[in-house]
Amino acid sequence: MNLHGEKKRAAVLRTGFYLASTALVAFWLIPLALAFFTSVKSMDEIMGEGAMWAFPKDWRFDNYVKVWTSVGMGRYVLNTIIITVPSVVGTLALSSLAAFALAFHSFRLNKAILVMFIAGMLIPFQMLMIPVFRFTDGIGLMNTRLGVILFHIAFQLGFCTFFLRNFFRQIPFSLLEASRIDGASDFRIYWQIILPVAKPSLAALAVLEFTWIWNDLLWSLVLLQSDRLKPVTLGLANMQGEFISYYNMTASGSIIAMILPLVFFLMFQRYFVRGMTVGAVKG
Amino acid sequence: MAIQRQNRDGWRPWAFLALPLAMYLIWVYLPILRSFGYAFTKRDSLLYDTVWIGFGNFIRMFGDPQFYVALKNNLAWLLCFVLVPIPLGLLIAMLFNNSYRGNRVYKTLFYLPMTLSFAIIGTIWMWIYNPDSGLLNAFLRALGLDGLAKPWLGDPRFMTGALVAVGVWRQVPYIMILYLAGLQGVPVELVEAATIDGAGWWQRFTKVILPILAPATVISVTISVIDSLRAFDIIYVMTNTKARAAEVLASYMYTSSFQYQDYGYGSAIAVIQFLITLGFILVYINRTFRDEKESGL
Repeated sequence: MNLHGEKKRAAVLRTGFYLASTALVAFWLIPLALAFFTSVKSMDEIMGEGAMWAFPKDWRFDNYVKVWTSVGMGRYVLNTIIITVPSVVGTLALSSLAAFALAFHSFRLNKAILVMFIAGMLIPFQMLMIPVFRFTDGIGLMNTRLGVILFHIAFQLGFCTFFLRNFFRQIPFSLLEASRIDGASDFRIYWQIILPVAKPSLAALAVLEFTWIWNDLLWSLVLLQSDRLKPVTLGLANMQGEFISYYNMTASGSIIAMILPLVFFLMFQRYFVRGMTVGAVKG
Repeated sequence: MAIQRQNRDGWRPWAFLALPLAMYLIWVYLPILRSFGYAFTKRDSLLYDTVWIGFGNFIRMFGDPQFYVALKNNLAWLLCFVLVPIPLGLLIAMLFNNSYRGNRVYKTLFYLPMTLSFAIIGTIWMWIYNPDSGLLNAFLRALGLDGLAKPWLGDPRFMTGALVAVGVWRQVPYIMILYLAGLQGVPVELVEAATIDGAGWWQRFTKVILPILAPATVISVTISVIDSLRAFDIIYVMTNTKARAAEVLASYMYTSSFQYQDYGYGSAIAVIQFLITLGFILVYINRTFRDEKESGL
């Protein structure tokens, strides 16, 4: 009797979970479904119906081809890749060096430097806008991709160093000591022992950084002027002005811009989540 | 092995730190200091000479109604970011914190907004807010609430609310992740023990689970405050910073500096923004190191 009640209660709970979760996720993702619907409609359909949220009647996938070629989305995406890839590689390389020193060397300023990296990652980074704009101009890198890349590498060092230092410290110290006794140099230990062991955390960091730098709008806005250098986020923001009535083009452009980070996220979801919670909560 | 605070390793750490540290100082710390410097200057153009005007920019700021609009809006962002995503994120984390089949698919789908850029999010939400053909007004009219259908981004009274809602939409999944991580630290036996003791679910929640989640809550609040003070992209994309009624500190700094070429004034706003954030940065750092000590690393 009691057992039966228990079973019934579990079934009710489970059904409740599925109902609530389905409703919640469906509700939360309405904006994304909307963007997709709009991206495959013809302009006539959008204007004729006066309801931008309606289900498409006629699926026009050629919108994607059009936005890629004639609106220049292809070039914007390429620009984003050219900015994002070297930024991620650069910041991973440099932060792993810094994290090595902070995790394995003992020196008086160790904690102070770590705090410096953490505090820097938390500031309202827009306050760097004016000085970085002037500095970039001063060293002649205004309106170049290199100017944006160098800023990304430098600014992301804060989070990456903090993140990697925490992971490096979980590596058994005996692994290092043994190599040190064998006479291996610090750099060899870093390159041949620590980096291979840290591959999963480097991957987690790469996924996270890729998404963040891909999605950046502000720094390209401040440091790049010419349209042929602009990344996809800025390209989309500009399309708002120029193609204000071509909702379908903007929508298919948005979908194109979100595809790579989305695929990356789906492939490496566990890493992504682990990265988001580092330093936040123990675990 | 604990790190000793001695210079046992001599110059060796500096060989690793030199380049990253130099870059961080040049692109992050030097600019912070220079912002403070610029805030005390009058700088109508980057090309002109610097004129020191002491606290002139700050005095002007406190008499500038637009500054108060930005400050007030930013406080609204801050309050909404603390009051909405945190309870909601916790609630959803509780919903997802189980081992039902397919649970991971739900979580993955729910995270999705976090991977999108504000440029895209802003664009999509502009269509939702479209007064004539947008989803929100269509929904309200379908419910017979025609009176509530507003020009959300066209009326100064509703603008900030409409923009904050977009920010909240993206923030909730983030807070949920933080709480899900925190819930891993809640021992199942503890919750069960409370059940056997006859504690109801509400008591179990407030007396057992919430106290254990306190560190996650502190971090969630801190991160939400910091994020609310960083709000910029949504405002830039959805109003093109032309709607002055929706401005926050970061966007007012941007328009002052890059549209009105008043870098000194923009820097003064940056300094205020920095000072507001500073306390929360200290809380975050303090919490991080306390956790580290507790976990014995």
